[in-house]
Amino acid sequence: MGKLMTQDKTIVVPGETLAEGMDYLPGNGTYRLGDKILAGKVGLICVEGRALKLIPLSGAYAPKRNDVIIAKVIDVAISGWRFDTNSAYSAMLSVKDATSEYIARGSNLTQYFDLGDYVTTKITNVTSQKLVDLTTKGPGLNKLRGGRVIKVNAYKVPRIIGKQGSMVSLIKNATGCKIIVGQNGLIWINGEPESEIIVVEAIKMIQGNSHIRGLTDMVKEFLEKKGCKTDAPAEAGATEKPSEKKFVKGESQ
Amino acid sequence: MSYTKRIDGRKFNETRPISAKTGVIKNADGSASFTIGNTTAYAAVYGPRNLYPKFLQNPSTGILRCNYNMMPFSGMGDRVRPGPSRRSKEISMVTQKALLPVLDLKDFPNAVVDVFIELVETDAGSRCAGICAASMALADAGVKMRDLVVAVSVGKVDDKVVVDLDYNEEAYKDGPVADIPLAIIPSTGEISLLQMDGEVTKEELIEALSEGQKIVAELYEVQKNALKERYSSKTVQE
Repeated sequence: MGKLMTQDKTIVVPGETLAEGMDYLPGNGTYRLGDKILAGKVGLICVEGRALKLIPLSGAYAPKRNDVIIAKVIDVAISGWRFDTNSAYSAMLSVKDATSEYIARGSNLTQYFDLGDYVTTKITNVTSQKLVDLTTKGPGLNKLRGGRVIKVNAYKVPRIIGKQGSMVSLIKNATGCKIIVGQNGLIWINGEPESEIIVVEAIKMIQGNSHIRGLTDMVKEFLEKKGCKTDAPAEAGATEKPSEKKFVKGESQ
Repeated sequence: MSYTKRIDGRKFNETRPISAKTGVIKNADGSASFTIGNTTAYAAVYGPRNLYPKFLQNPSTGILRCNYNMMPFSGMGDRVRPGPSRRSKEISMVTQKALLPVLDLKDFPNAVVDVFIELVETDAGSRCAGICAASMALADAGVKMRDLVVAVSVGKVDDKVVVDLDYNEEAYKDGPVADIPLAIIPSTGEISLLQMDGEVTKEELIEALSEGQKIVAELYEVQKNALKERYSSKTVQE
């Protein structure tokens, strides 16, 4: 008979024995050694029936297909752009995936996306050698103008978004800022400078306390202390859905 | 003449007081400090991140790069000359080889994980403290690894097999001394670092290694608690 050596929702470290015997199955982030199951990362353990799953608490972002990320232009090539994805690998956006608009061969690509621009993009493909392809065709995928971009741990992104976006819409409504959270841990905030600072502080707080229950109430309390109304109706523009993507040429034109 | 009592009064199989902490360097992806007696090591991990120059890239797996460094003021009064030396290059290399068996970087082809180990204060056993700190920092950085690595020095002073030699014991004048830094993977008992300075008989070496294996659980517990402490505190101020 298998024996569970740990409890649901506890923090485990690499090499820690989670279960003995063949009754339990190693899931994500765990592995089998002999008849034991051991942890392969620092994380929170989830016991789902017979399967043991480990939710990592830290780590670098690994590009995944269909992730919507915020990326920065680091190079402009002959028929596309190279982006920094806040991971170990850069990503390529080719002209044909950037827009349905006609772009003549040899035209100056910096008028669309210039070096240093932040863009909301979607990952279309990741190869085994981690060559990443992007697209900006789709709703809400476009260049980010104004505001500020902050970096957080990519594993904290689900907590920042919350269940069905509850956490991020709470912050949006309270501060009146526009917020876009990229799966790669980059967050774009645009609003009144004072409100932006409150958002940054709130996100830092979520990041530092992401493993604690009742986080939404904690954030609510924090926002109220800062003088924001958390139950006020949504301010104009705050919860506005990303509009249908329109390709806008750079100011240089 | 025989070595009946250790210079600092410890038992022969007792280590110096140990303490450890993770998350000590906020800008790093993972970090840890490890103190054993008067030896303190800090380790910071960056990555996996892209690797240049390109000829170092390995398309089948990510690589590990370690850098061991003693701070100028860390020695016993003499200034340690900054920059890489023959000794620090060797220790960087053996540290990398001691840590690599537990790491799985297959998911990060062409990338690198950088580990920087800084010794703030040294009183023998610095490469062991460095390896302990580095393995905790790697775990803190969320790198996939099958176990932590525990390192401790064992050895012989005069006619006694001892654990965790300090500088005074390494410099013991009235008899032969052997210092054996050892790194062990706790879950399997595999040895990933074994060096020696001095000389021992076969029997003494076997005894020293088994003493080392016995002390591993104690050190692993310290590392484990330090990692858990970081995430279990009620509210964290970042």
